[in-house]
Amino acid sequence: MSDALEVLDQVGKWKEAGKGVAVATVIVTWGSSPRPVGSQLGVDDSGAMVGSVSGGCIEGAVVKEALDAIKDGKPRLLDFGVSDEQAWDVGLACGGKVQVFVEKVN
Amino acid sequence: MKIETLAALQEARTKRRAVTLATRLSDAAEGLIYRDATAGELGGNAEIVAAAHRAMEIGRSETLDIGGQKVFLNVYVPPPRLVIVGAVHIAQTLAPMATMLEFDVTVVDPRGAWATSARFPGVKVIKEWADEAFQEMGLDVSTAVVTLTHDPKLDDPALESALKSEAFYIGALGSRKTHAKRKERLAEVGITEEMFARVQGPVGLNIGAKSPAEIAVSILGQIIEVRARRLGALAAPKVVAA
Repeated sequence: MSDALEVLDQVGKWKEAGKGVAVATVIVTWGSSPRPVGSQLGVDDSGAMVGSVSGGCIEGAVVKEALDAIKDGKPRLLDFGVSDEQAWDVGLACGGKVQVFVEKVN
Repeated sequence: MKIETLAALQEARTKRRAVTLATRLSDAAEGLIYRDATAGELGGNAEIVAAAHRAMEIGRSETLDIGGQKVFLNVYVPPPRLVIVGAVHIAQTLAPMATMLEFDVTVVDPRGAWATSARFPGVKVIKEWADEAFQEMGLDVSTAVVTLTHDPKLDDPALESALKSEAFYIGALGSRKTHAKRKERLAEVGITEEMFARVQGPVGLNIGAKSPAEIAVSILGQIIEVRARRLGALAAPKVVAA
């Protein structure tokens, strides 16, 4: 909860500074996903991040989509399956799946 | 997300007002649903408003299928607050421990010698009678109240006032005997047995706590348990041996 509000505060500051900004939100989880529904990641047009939508394994892909959303203004729905093996590779014993919604802040 | 929506979410937090942001995933259309008001495009959809009220009740964000459209309900409830009545020795340990657990902590005590910032660094200290302080701060569903003074003239009005609020946890320090007497006194001011049952007393989990720090752990353990159960994070009610 406090994390989500920290994200919104930073997003507000970026907007005030005239930056393009997108917000990614975990909207569905299956299994033991690392971050709960409602977790958010704010991204500015330089790729700077605040918050998190996973333990670090999908942020890279989410930031790429967020940058695209800032450019074209269209919302996106992303599906990620975190296999146990992949999770192990990045140092997370999480597993599970997450769905992430990415939208531009207007 | 609209920048106005972001500002509204920030304002809701400052005012400790619960709000749900509804977002239609197909086009990012939005609505803000408060307990007593709505705003935005989706705020006019009765089905979404009803679902948002339910989501706020259990404090859980979720994605729902509403009228063939996927709608994400993001619940923003105010951070949990712990109000400690009695700026006593146990409070000096309870307050920093609760702060570590990310509770917004307030200590209330009308006695000037006790209620000092020096005794409670980094914590809000209100030098007032509890019932008066409660009226000003408003005890909402994310507030826990613990009375620690052992003094009926301080504890009783605090409990009476807390029992008439939506506070999710009310605890009172004192033995079984003290607690039974407390129940009798509060019955005289109209607190029924059913209402009084909300008070956790003797306060805290039964872990054989003796020192102030141990008592603080037992109280916070119980608050965490009650809160988790309310949020549905604990599936089955646990039977605690007497």
